Amino acid sequence: MSVLPEFRVLAPRSVAAAIAAGRQRATRFVAGGTDLMANLRHGIGAPATLIDLRGIRALRGIVVGPRGLSLGAAVTLAELAGHARVAKDYPALAQAAAAVGGPAHREAGTVGGNLCLDTRCVFYNRGDWWREANGHCLKYQGDTCHVAPTGRRCHAAFSGDLAPALLVHGAEVEIAGPDGQRRMPLGELYAEDGAAHLRLATGEFLVRVLLPPAPWPAAYAKARARGAIDFPLAGVAVALRVGAHGVAGLRVALTGTNARPFLLAGTEALLGARVDAGWCAELGKLVQKQVSPMRTTLLAAQYRRRAASALVERLAVTLADATAASARDGHEMVRQAK
Amino acid sequence: MQPDRHAPPSSLSRARTRAFRLNGRAHAALVADHVLLLDYLREGLGLTGTKRGCDGGECGACTVLIDGRPRLACLTRAGECAGHQVETIEGLADGGRMSPLQRAFHERLGTQCGYCTPGMIMAAEGLLRRNPDPDEAAIRAALAGNICRCTGYVKIIEAVQSAAGSAR
Ligand SMILES: Cc1cc2nc3c(=O)[nH]c(=O)nc-3n(C[C@H](O)[C@H](O)[C@H](O)COP(=O)(O)OP(=O)(O)OC[C@H]3O[C@@H](n4cnc5c(N)ncnc54)[C@H](O)[C@@H]3O)c2cc1C
Ligand code: SF4
Ligand code: FES
Ligand code: FES
Repeated sequence: MSVLPEFRVLAPRSVAAAIAAGRQRATRFVAGGTDLMANLRHGIGAPATLIDLRGIRALRGIVVGPRGLSLGAAVTLAELAGHARVAKDYPALAQAAAAVGGPAHREAGTVGGNLCLDTRCVFYNRGDWWREANGHCLKYQGDTCHVAPTGRRCHAAFSGDLAPALLVHGAEVEIAGPDGQRRMPLGELYAEDGAAHLRLATGEFLVRVLLPPAPWPAAYAKARARGAIDFPLAGVAVALRVGAHGVAGLRVALTGTNARPFLLAGTEALLGARVDAGWCAELGKLVQKQVSPMRTTLLAAQYRRRAASALVERLAVTLADATAASARDGHEMVRQAK
Repeated sequence: MQPDRHAPPSSLSRARTRAFRLNGRAHAALVADHVLLLDYLREGLGLTGTKRGCDGGECGACTVLIDGRPRLACLTRAGECAGHQVETIEGLADGGRMSPLQRAFHERLGTQCGYCTPGMIMAAEGLLRRNPDPDEAAIRAALAGNICRCTGYVKIIEAVQSAAGSAR
């Protein structure tokens, strides 16, 4: 009756039990299953055991307080998108969660699954008969990359929406595994290799995501082929702080363009200036230099490169305008109070 | 429930019984861990109203409600439903009388070939329970994951509006 390969499912109730379960042979963690089930259906992977992490209390719940935001890895995207405090204090995060797939994906899909999403490519996200007819590829069961046949690396794109919105706020992840618990900056979870983009040892899983308090104003936007629901062709988050002397803080993070989501380097050079056309052009250039979209989507790589820089520029202007407007409102209120 | 006749013996040996509510009734499913809810409903129970479209989470034809929220049966394992409420299109009609949404889809021509219709109606049903008076944007957002290749969507949205209006 099943179209899936045979596996059994364990549902540990504690982090310790999940670690113990993860010591077995050929296990895979699962949460909402919206990525993993589709891949298994396509004959990608054949785990003997799935470990469903959603029953573990330590992975649940959203806490916003003086110490920042703590987000359980098993929190669903619908919970995150609908959380009033998150929408108010971390709007980029709520926007990114709301931009994932369709309503049913967000009901099932989780924060941990989104951050550990498999990378995507037109030659990979296919049925097994299709991939077999095409001789498979480097990422799975084959030895050539159809995107860059002379290379030895997979360029499948990381396409999760949440990562950039978390990166611009300086997120850290708490990881549990056979060697205990560790905590590291979210950016260090990823490597620029489409076939091995997660730096997690066997048996390690995400427990929580932690964001520091007092977030800068930030926003998230994505370009996609199908407006109603789709993975980002390019997804960008921008956090921008503008002070009396121009831009006082700028962080930009991207998804959908590389094998990993990443923070744009070199934004310091843009501090201390006004957000004007020249500034935007410089920012756009910086983005175009660091993204490396390959032909892993149906749309041209060059389109994704330009979409990424255009979205970043647009968000920066929107955020700068919003800061200016709220400063004006502030003056107005002070004037009226006098 | 009838044990599944087509399952290989190894699956049967791993089948476990899980209790959940299906269309308002207590249900005991004898099902292996790797069986999807879609396959269990259609092949195990003969509830073929829930459609298999893309079989990969992309079309919404398999939308059911779990605890009142939309979920894709092609990405959900039957075993995950233990302890929850599952509702399919078969649960909407009451004693042979169509539900207000079903009637509206029929009367407003919200259905043509009908393949997307059960998924559309379940997604819309989930919306109307949370928000009995949705505006057009809310209807579009709730149906964003459901593809229809026939109607062009306009009649579908009108059908949902009409069902919401008649409930008012
Ligand atoms: C049609 C369609 C459209 C989609 N559109 C989007 C989109 O626009 N944007 C987007 O970002 N995603 C999209 N998705 C992908 C997916 O729905 C979401 O990314 C979702 O958040 C994945 O979460 P999950 O809990 O369902 O992951 P699962 O499928 O359960 O897991 C995904 C991967 O993460 C691993 N994993 C899960 N939890 C943990 C953990 N705590 N620690 C370590 N590893 C873990 C699993 O082993 C697996 O490899 C789409 C999917 C479909 C089918
Ligand atoms: S980029 Fe190359 S190796 Fe990676 S999935 Fe695509 S075809 Fe395969
Ligand atoms: S069959 Fe489930 S979404 Fe298409
Ligand atoms: S009525 Fe035919 S697909 Fe919608």
